[in-house]
Amino acid sequence: MRTLMWVGWTNLRRDRVAQALTFLLPIVFFSIFATVFGGQGDAATARIRIAVVDEDHSEVSARLIEGLRNEKSLRTQTTADASGTGAVLDRGAAERLVRAGDVPVAVVIPAGLGAAFSTNGFGGGGPPVQLLSDVSDRIAPQMVLGLLQKVAMTAAPDLLMQGGMRQFEKYAGGMTPQQKEAVDQWLPRLKPQGQARGTGDSAATAGAMPISVEVVDVMRTDNRRGSLISFYAAGIGVMFLLFSSVAGAGGALLDEAETGTLERLLSTNIGMTGVLVGKWILLALIGCLQLTVMFLWGRVAFGLPLFSHLSGFAVMTLFTAAAAAALGLVLASLAKSRAQLSGFSTILILTMSALGGSMFPRFLMSEGMQKVGLLTFNAWALDGYLKVFWRQAAIWQLWPQILVLVTLTGVFLSLARLLARRWEAA
Amino acid sequence: MNVLSVRDARKRFGNVTALNGATFELRHGELLALLGPNGAGKTTLIRAITGRVRLDGGEIRLFDRVLDGRHTAPELGIVPQEIALYPLLTARENLEAFGGLHSLTGKDLAQQVDWALERIGLLDRATDLVKQFSGGMRRRLNIACGVLHRPRVVLLDEPTVGVDPQSRDRIYDMLADLARSGVSLLLTTHHLEEAEARCSRTVIIDHGKVIAAGTMSELVDQTVGRFRLVTLQLDAPLDGDTASKVTGRNNGSAVDGEGRILKARMQDVASELPPLLDCIRAAGRAVDDVEVRGPSLQSVFIHLTGRELRE
Repeated sequence: MRTLMWVGWTNLRRDRVAQALTFLLPIVFFSIFATVFGGQGDAATARIRIAVVDEDHSEVSARLIEGLRNEKSLRTQTTADASGTGAVLDRGAAERLVRAGDVPVAVVIPAGLGAAFSTNGFGGGGPPVQLLSDVSDRIAPQMVLGLLQKVAMTAAPDLLMQGGMRQFEKYAGGMTPQQKEAVDQWLPRLKPQGQARGTGDSAATAGAMPISVEVVDVMRTDNRRGSLISFYAAGIGVMFLLFSSVAGAGGALLDEAETGTLERLLSTNIGMTGVLVGKWILLALIGCLQLTVMFLWGRVAFGLPLFSHLSGFAVMTLFTAAAAAALGLVLASLAKSRAQLSGFSTILILTMSALGGSMFPRFLMSEGMQKVGLLTFNAWALDGYLKVFWRQAAIWQLWPQILVLVTLTGVFLSLARLLARRWEAA
Repeated sequence: MNVLSVRDARKRFGNVTALNGATFELRHGELLALLGPNGAGKTTLIRAITGRVRLDGGEIRLFDRVLDGRHTAPELGIVPQEIALYPLLTARENLEAFGGLHSLTGKDLAQQVDWALERIGLLDRATDLVKQFSGGMRRRLNIACGVLHRPRVVLLDEPTVGVDPQSRDRIYDMLADLARSGVSLLLTTHHLEEAEARCSRTVIIDHGKVIAAGTMSELVDQTVGRFRLVTLQLDAPLDGDTASKVTGRNNGSAVDGEGRILKARMQDVASELPPLLDCIRAAGRAVDDVEVRGPSLQSVFIHLTGRELRE
């Protein structure tokens, strides 16, 4: 028994890969998840970007916009550019921002809201404020809805009270001159108080609502559930594409090196560049097939709208698989053994998948983590798939994702070629 | 005519000297054994010839052309020590794959594949997966993949390691056929008997340097000489005086095995052995067994390196 324990411990001490998997991987993952989810309570790092369209141009709408601007958990833009420059947003421009994924929600304050607000106060009755939203992000519209109600309650208490008094007089009878004078003296005091309270962090007020709100899904897809499933298909598909690319590349290079077939291949006319290109093309094609099978299953089992997005799917799949295959070759060229490749790639792929949105959507992460996620291969691939299936983007609109994936492919292949020199000549 | 010549090949890996001025030639149509213990530099030498190791010094010429040390010359066929085959492909598919990579196509490829399958005796197993083959069958196929494209020079690194004697014989028959057809073969081996019995010449390498080269008889003449080792087993031990008397008659004789084993080196067994037997008989002892051994590559190797090959 003691001898067995000693043998096991000695093996562990001398196996760095096993040590990394045993001790390092859990710490890495704990840190990633703690950073991602631990940051959710920090409003400064989890601000929701919203666009606001003022069709009312009243004091009420101005107060509402000001109140939204003062909310710590929101980043409000009223112009075409987030920095505050460009044309003032109208409904069409705001909807385009949502559809393009630049903001998850746009708030449209309709004409007549201010008048109804001043007249009716808590009685409501005005036209509804519209939240143009991308419901792929299920959290942002709900948060904005709550905050909007809170702002309506706190940003213009004086106007709200004026409306309330009018309603009171209408249904309960007129006030005495002394009462009116007292109210008039009290109302101005509400105004600064309301502005100061506009920066609070509390949740939206439940109960009586001074404005009515209508949530509009601007994506208006034929098959919303199927489109959401495409997100998960892409997330899981890309993660496993990376695993299979690494495994395939390991088989392609490390196993061939170990069995001597690589030596034999290098003695033929094709050389190391030919070997790598051949392996890369095959791995990329297998990756395409793997993703196609995944999405086909999504179509058959979950109604994923594959056939109506076939061209975009084909483009994204081709470039994603090409980049994943190239990354697999880099890792295989870097590793000295199968065990090392397996350990190292598991850590890298799971980390990239966690940060890049394969495990949970990036819009759930803080802004900082979302930016870090852009350093990963997964984030760009998933953004591309999301554009195709959710935002109904045309192929040309995929250019940022394609550009990044092509660049990554080039960099990975060059790196793999450089690292593979170790097999060529000592 | 030399087809391959290695001159003063030198290579270091960090602090380890793998080749320390190795020099030898491979002649047209010969089967040359490169013999040496583990770490002697055999594989490094083969890899240098195939362009996988760049020499620090010296040069390698193939058909009078200096090799650049970066690419494998097209005249070379390589049979690595490992079973460099794809186990999930059939024998025929493996041959087709490696033939294709050597630019064989169409009818030519099909003909060469059939030729190779027949030569290695695997025509009836051509469509079986390699993973189902025995070690000997894999070895034969491993060699066939290296000679499929009709190379003029074939380098074989330990081609018979781990195979049964029957498969070994088959492999050497195949190599002899290739040599007869004009192909020059250089093989590294641990098996002294094989090198002695099957190869035209032997190059002995140790510590990265060629310490002897030639045919068996040349090596014997250069090293141990043409004596025979005669071992006599007696019925009873010789006493001290008798043992001194007997060993005094023959230079290089010794008694051991508690006085029952007598060993003697003889240049001419026919004339030197009878007097020795008479002497033993006169001492009142009988000879139970006699063994006469000629010079072997093993004795040459021990003479040159001071140790057994497998050390």
